[in-house]
Amino acid sequence: MGMTITEKILAAHAGLEHVEPGQLINAKVDLALGNDITAPLAIQEFKKLGLKKVFDPERVVLVPDHFTPAKDIKSAEQAKILRDFAREQGLTNYFEIGRMGIEHCLLPEAGLVGPGDLVIGADSHTCTYGALGAFATGVGSTDLAAAMATGELWFKVPETILFRYHGRLQPWVGGKDLILSTIGRIGVDGARYMAMEFTGEAIRELSMDGRFTMANMAIEAGGKNGIFAVDAKTVEYIQGRLKRDYHIYQSDPDARYAREIDIDAGKIEPQVALPHLPENARSVKEIGEIKIDQVVIGSCTNGRLEDLRVAAQILKGQKVHPEVRLIIIPGTQKIYAEALEEGLIATFIEAGAAVSTPTCGPCLGGHMGILAKGERALATTNRNFVGRMGHPESEVYLAGPAVAAASAVKGRIAAPEEVIK
Amino acid sequence: MIIQGKCHTFGNDIDTDAIIPARYLNTSDPEELARHCMEDADPTFAGRVQKGEVIVAGKNFGCGSSREHAPVAIKAAGVAAVIAASFARIFYRNAINIGLPIFESPAAAAGITAGDEVKIDAEKGEIVNLTRGETYQAAPFPPFMQELIAAGGLMPYVARKVKAHV
Repeated sequence: MGMTITEKILAAHAGLEHVEPGQLINAKVDLALGNDITAPLAIQEFKKLGLKKVFDPERVVLVPDHFTPAKDIKSAEQAKILRDFAREQGLTNYFEIGRMGIEHCLLPEAGLVGPGDLVIGADSHTCTYGALGAFATGVGSTDLAAAMATGELWFKVPETILFRYHGRLQPWVGGKDLILSTIGRIGVDGARYMAMEFTGEAIRELSMDGRFTMANMAIEAGGKNGIFAVDAKTVEYIQGRLKRDYHIYQSDPDARYAREIDIDAGKIEPQVALPHLPENARSVKEIGEIKIDQVVIGSCTNGRLEDLRVAAQILKGQKVHPEVRLIIIPGTQKIYAEALEEGLIATFIEAGAAVSTPTCGPCLGGHMGILAKGERALATTNRNFVGRMGHPESEVYLAGPAVAAASAVKGRIAAPEEVIK
Repeated sequence: MIIQGKCHTFGNDIDTDAIIPARYLNTSDPEELARHCMEDADPTFAGRVQKGEVIVAGKNFGCGSSREHAPVAIKAAGVAAVIAASFARIFYRNAINIGLPIFESPAAAAGITAGDEVKIDAEKGEIVNLTRGETYQAAPFPPFMQELIAAGGLMPYVARKVKAHV
């Protein structure tokens, strides 16, 4: 019986020839990631072991990105735990404010993840790296501590669902619309404990940025990981970035899938997920009149250069609606610099947007855009749970950058065509 | 291990933001996290819950973030166990790793009403509803996870392995 990409990566890292879904294995990790919320707990647990050194100072990555630049004294103390640990351990991959980015935009960009890797991160959106043909999954702080200590972790081999996207994408439809529509179809626990493998001609046409967006939200369907086969676009992306060997795995023709789902991607229109679950997705044209107070374009889901380009295409020569606050957050310093170079930042500022240094802040109701009671936001982020962006009686709608930018101009949730004829 | 206590019930898809909102995550202190446990699902919960009581919920409990602060807040609030129709993957892992007993049982989730008294036999995965005289079966843990639980969570287990290698 053949294996899927996910099974092959897990088998290789466990030193096994073959693995089966449901099997519990112990596997070596290529990279272990933590941030300013999850790493302090992990560092505390690591220290309890009495070990002097992490398993490999080049393979433990710490990124202070959630409450940073520190929003208050407590956050500053949390971030300082990372900073001190990184210095004490001589970690080569600690990224300081001003030289950092939102972790899941930063790690691929910095060439820290490659095809065939096994990556764990104490952040649920670690699944983003599946876009590179890596097995990447979110874990908790104790798992991170164990991986930092031993370079290994236990895993249950997941079953895989294969998603085939057929057809050509309509204008303004991107990775976010494909994944929202998919979560809408299978539900927020539709892929619980499972690998989501994405394929089909619409995927081959999709940019790397679009694939990162899709893999990023595998967790919003309960997925253990999201994964794409490596193609010429992937290889082009890692060239000049990745500084170590990598291995390309492909699913065998006789690989076993728990389910195979065919999707006519050509029929998918720009999507919006209504509060309070990402599965409440529908076409922007079906939404009706929904006024908004704030728009956020950014996050590990849609803070990449392509996202900013799409937003700028719509915002060029337009003004943000007088009753809307538009916050734009480039995912990394490099994306910020490139957006500046291309004139995108000027477009945003001329339109009346606030542009920020990279931070996860507003996505999780941390800082930089907290909602008051009764306020409503449209965001390119990944979650619209109750209270996600602030007051428990506020609302978050999710969409891609095109709908977000158009909505910022209109003051209500709007389709891109309403701004650009 | 036998757990016996009164139940607090919640619905489907209780996410980690509802269990411990991110606005309180600028600390890792369990006692402080416990004060806000379940706040965005039920703001009165942290004030009402008594040591040894049980949370019962529907499907996909703990979906969302990897924040271990979620099971930590529940454990520090004195909750002895969580029963749900199903758990989200990372929450499940985190709960096992930190030693918070959890039981997956759609029958128990459907049968238990707020205020019911339950008695759980953790080894057998047997949940008895003392109020209603019903018994539900939870899926037993695979042997490896029983080993983790018996060791007191992942870190004591890892500590043993690390010592064996040194």
